[in-house]
Amino acid sequence: MNKRSATWGQSLLYTFWSVIVFGLLYPLMIAILAHYLMPIQADGSLIRDKHGVIIGSSLSGQLFTKQGYFHSRPSAAGNGYDPTQSGGSNLGPTSNKLIETTRANVLHLRQENPQAPATIPADLASTSASGLDPEISPEAATFQLARVANATQLSGTQLRALIQLQTIQPELGFIGEPRVNVLKLNLAVQNLIFCTHLPRDCRTSVK
Amino acid sequence: MSWTGWLQAGFVLLIIILATKPLGSYIAAVFAGERNVLSKLLRPIEHGCYRLCRIDPQREMLWQEYGGAVLIFSLVGCGYLFALLLTQAYLPLNPQHASNFAPDLAWNTAVSFTTNTNWQFYSGETAMSQLSQMIGLAWHNFVSAATGIAIAIAMIRGITRRGIATLGNFWVDLTRALLYLLLPLSLIGALALCWQGVPQNFHRYTQITTYEHGSQLLPQGPIASQEIIKLLGTNGGGYVNANSASPSENPTPLSNLIEMVSMFLIGAALTYTYGRYARDQRQGWAIFVAMAILFVAGFASVYAAEAAGNPIVHQLGVAGGNMEGKEVRFGLPGSALFATMTTDTSCGAVNAMHDSFTPLGGLVLLLNMQLGEVVFGGVGSGLYGILLFVILTVFIAGLMVGRTPEYLGKKIERREVQYAILAALVVPIFALLPTAIAAVLPSALNTLGNAGPHGFSEILYAYSSGVNNNGSAFGGLGPNLWWNLSLSVVMLVGRFGIIVPALALAGSLANKRVVPASVGTFETCSPIFVLLLIGVILIVGALTFFPADALGPIVEQLLMQKGTTW
Repeated sequence: MNKRSATWGQSLLYTFWSVIVFGLLYPLMIAILAHYLMPIQADGSLIRDKHGVIIGSSLSGQLFTKQGYFHSRPSAAGNGYDPTQSGGSNLGPTSNKLIETTRANVLHLRQENPQAPATIPADLASTSASGLDPEISPEAATFQLARVANATQLSGTQLRALIQLQTIQPELGFIGEPRVNVLKLNLAVQNLIFCTHLPRDCRTSVK
Repeated sequence: MSWTGWLQAGFVLLIIILATKPLGSYIAAVFAGERNVLSKLLRPIEHGCYRLCRIDPQREMLWQEYGGAVLIFSLVGCGYLFALLLTQAYLPLNPQHASNFAPDLAWNTAVSFTTNTNWQFYSGETAMSQLSQMIGLAWHNFVSAATGIAIAIAMIRGITRRGIATLGNFWVDLTRALLYLLLPLSLIGALALCWQGVPQNFHRYTQITTYEHGSQLLPQGPIASQEIIKLLGTNGGGYVNANSASPSENPTPLSNLIEMVSMFLIGAALTYTYGRYARDQRQGWAIFVAMAILFVAGFASVYAAEAAGNPIVHQLGVAGGNMEGKEVRFGLPGSALFATMTTDTSCGAVNAMHDSFTPLGGLVLLLNMQLGEVVFGGVGSGLYGILLFVILTVFIAGLMVGRTPEYLGKKIERREVQYAILAALVVPIFALLPTAIAAVLPSALNTLGNAGPHGFSEILYAYSSGVNNNGSAFGGLGPNLWWNLSLSVVMLVGRFGIIVPALALAGSLANKRVVPASVGTFETCSPIFVLLLIGVILIVGALTFFPADALGPIVEQLLMQKGTTW
């Protein structure tokens, strides 16, 4: 009996000290170190425009609808790209709803991109796992190339080069997949339009 | 399938193989109380903890006392989290004004994190305060993982000790696992993840005006520090709802690599630690090889199934593998690999939505869990899980040749086999019975996100995940009273229904006399033994679950090929 009540006391005291060390001191220490070593990442990799207004984050995709922008993947997060409701469709492969949604996506992509190749890249027609996927495959970008070229009056060659420049390759050649950040690609497109009109004032503010 | 995908999987396995010996011998030194690289720094903290908590580090415990301490400490931790979730709205560090949990959801979550399951019926980004994430969930990630490691070490001692009836001191093992193992690895890993882009701050959520003038609210908080221990401790509970699929938790392929390696790291190293204690490294490597074979087989099947894709979607003019519920940066191989590893271990973190995997891919994930998560497994629980299978294998091999089975010189007798069988029965009983009940219960069926065989798979997956303390889900379930309560029972039985027999078995073996090996002794580090062990794992696991799996993913795969939908 004595031994057991001692165990209760030990458990309570142990919970107390370990909560302070692992629940408070440890995250605090990481936060302080991260703040000084890598402030941009620690604060959420925010992307600002020229005036310093936060227009996005590398950690979240956005909805793009205009013809002159490259579009992101379909999103199941809330009403689309809601970072407070991250998640996938959770529809199984034999779900009617999945097939209907995919059919609608395909139809929409076909209407928007009449000059696009015959087959649609899988990522462009399907919802991502987080609903916040900030990236698309280079194939999915190329699929939209003709549409963006028409709307922006930029040449296909220029845009093709831009997609190539914006493509992030897998680390060491095999860790991950080649991909393009949609927001950064669109910023680069806008920059290119800006440069075409005002070549002298052109600053490559966007990598 | 691409060769780069295979290269990535091979690379992960290579890192694990290379890390197993150094980390395994370090763990052995730590738990033997030997001097190590971190002793100077951490010993004062360790002894400070013993003084504060009135622990006598010299006192060894019998299995009953060891198990009692595990149960009482877990109960205190469970009550603590339950109380925290019911009152978080009144506490500080709640910038988004998260409200208090409803009691049944708080109970489910408290049990889930205590049992190292981390099943989540809430969305982290809206339901949890930063304080609850840190001092509730992340703290549980540390201590439930350390508890698992402590039990594995106690079981190793029981099997390998000679002439000592005790298994060690739970508080000492717990403290050493926390301070010498989980803390330093987490510090390095959290900084590495942050470098890749995982946020670590105490800000309010950031208001973003998107490029097309929409509005977004980006979650912020101490995410990196919680993310790394979620994987190292094979806990799996995400800071946000989308778990490791969210760019906030897993922003790049490199962070994905760090997270995948973290899942296997300690589980693999413990096999080496085991060999060290057994004074025969081959015993540890034999177990490692059996695990590695099951891992590679699992990955190959999932990768092949996902790369083959969904024929119904192909008919719509979409090319390529199954990208529904997957992220572009991970692609098919990065998602298939993560999914295989998270179900091999008791982790349950996801970087792709398992619900949307092809039926065959989903079947392998389901099987990985149903086999008892012994492929490297949860930290600690993987090793004590597979040691139970080793005892069964030795027993069956003994029956086949007609000799009294023995393992590392100790006779395996009636009592040991009873304990091993008891543990082996917990998983199927508490996965299949509730599945059968839920399959006819309207309040369970109403919440399913999918119809047809896939709906049944969702139920089967939920209980297989719960009883094995995995925590990943076919996400289509909606939380209600039935799910909250039934899963909490299943998670508790799945955790402690294995721990108690495992400790009892260790206690019973600890005190046994060692008989010298003879020509008739069955070698437990030969290739034949490895094959036999794999055979026993597959037969016990697969045969028990085959009928249920046939009604879910197997029939769905066949009907998908025909183009049937629900």
